[in-house]
Amino acid sequence: MVRFAMVIDTRLCIGCGDCVIACKTENKVPEGLNRDWVVEITQGRYPHLGTEFRSERCNHCTHATCVEACPTGASHYWRDTNIVLVTPERCTGCKACIAACPYNARLIRPEGYIDKCTFCVHRVKQGLDPACVATCPTHCMHFGRLDDPNSTVSRLLASRDAFRLLPETGNEPQIYYLR
Amino acid sequence: MEEVLATARFNPLIDPSLAIWDWRIAAYLFLGGVTAGIMCFSAWALLANKEQQAPFTTWRLSLWGPILLSVGMTTLFLDLEHKLYVLRFYTTFRPSSPMSYGAWILVFVYPAAIALILATLRQGYPFLASRLERIRIGGWLLDMAERYRRAIAICNIPLGIALGIYTGILLSGFMARPFWNSAILGPLFLVSGLSTAAALVAVVARQPAERHLFTRIDVGLILVELGMVALLLVNLATGARIQQEALATLFGGDHTVSFWLWFVTLGLVTPLALETWDLRGGRVRWVLLAPVLVLAGGYILRQVTLDVGLAVNWTHFAVQFDPTLLERLHP
Repeated sequence: MVRFAMVIDTRLCIGCGDCVIACKTENKVPEGLNRDWVVEITQGRYPHLGTEFRSERCNHCTHATCVEACPTGASHYWRDTNIVLVTPERCTGCKACIAACPYNARLIRPEGYIDKCTFCVHRVKQGLDPACVATCPTHCMHFGRLDDPNSTVSRLLASRDAFRLLPETGNEPQIYYLR
Repeated sequence: MEEVLATARFNPLIDPSLAIWDWRIAAYLFLGGVTAGIMCFSAWALLANKEQQAPFTTWRLSLWGPILLSVGMTTLFLDLEHKLYVLRFYTTFRPSSPMSYGAWILVFVYPAAIALILATLRQGYPFLASRLERIRIGGWLLDMAERYRRAIAICNIPLGIALGIYTGILLSGFMARPFWNSAILGPLFLVSGLSTAAALVAVVARQPAERHLFTRIDVGLILVELGMVALLLVNLATGARIQQEALATLFGGDHTVSFWLWFVTLGLVTPLALETWDLRGGRVRWVLLAPVLVLAGGYILRQVTLDVGLAVNWTHFAVQFDPTLLERLHP
């Protein structure tokens, strides 16, 4: 399996939300719905406070429980990669994939089918970065192949301390956050 | 101190807490469980030659199965968000998906349950049998079903058990929902399904001997169910932190009353006491109360299980974007 990953530098992210707007614009996400969002974690007690911003979305797990739970095959891996997609014409809207996702990263389109971040696969096919990565004004987001040791994401992960969300679920998420 | 907040996210039915499945799924799970019990009991009564002691169960109960299951399938269909694509369940089989197993189990359950109805229709519902015989192949179908009556009954038992266990495994297969992620849920829902079917017989059957038999059966099943509920709680208490958090909602948390009062007390313990009293010769004034409570308890078990499972998540935000606040900005 070819592993695509996103690496997000929490030291550079300022929580501006441009990634959210870029995603909504690029993917025509309906009003009131979000494929990505920004989480803000404030720790400590005033005046000794620290804040971390995290741009979050589907983690495109290599062991995606949503793909396993889907009874129709609508949720699937794109080709031989970890990019998880939904085929609307196969989706019954049973919501098993939503129940199976520990990140609650999926949403229900007004048309009835289930939707989620696609890593902007239509852009990836053209060799472009996802819209959120391309738009980020602080360049805190990076996208690439983990099986290429010379890719930016591989080099960043080799040089910086990183963490993933809920690795204990066993889903093997592929979004990494640099500390 | 740690505060976590999410900006610009309020996906309907996902935020602020998961609300993807409601009474429609609870009803489907409940009616699927009752149908499983009906298939098992009506087949058992035929195989064990209980027509004297349990005539309703032997000849008439089987008709209730597909009817109740179809009501459950209707509520399930109503829950689908993309209804036009419902047939997609049957264009593939996904070995990793419990829901896919459920969809295909139903393909076998319906013919087996209908065959059992045909095998007992002349004795149970002669009026319907005579109507069916007016159709060219109707008489032949009834003859064939009666000829293979025992084989049909034998098929109904494993299929009923599979259907009953499936209603629990559908939920327990979701690792992301800590309250559901227990192997006990399948057997618990099966026993509950058998118990509610026994209660249904106790409500509907006319012969006191038959009601007495199924009251005895129900007492045993309620005791087993209580044991399984205890095992489920122990399983969660000894599980990971997230499972212990799920359990805490039943001990002082949001679901304490619905679980302990409505399900355990009114749905299990009270009917157990009433039925035990009934069996010991006590004059229970409202003889139907106990089985009606068992039926209500069976539904409440599914509803509470759904509610707790959806409420406890791996991810949660202390403060979340609230779109209703935007309305205050408008003059």
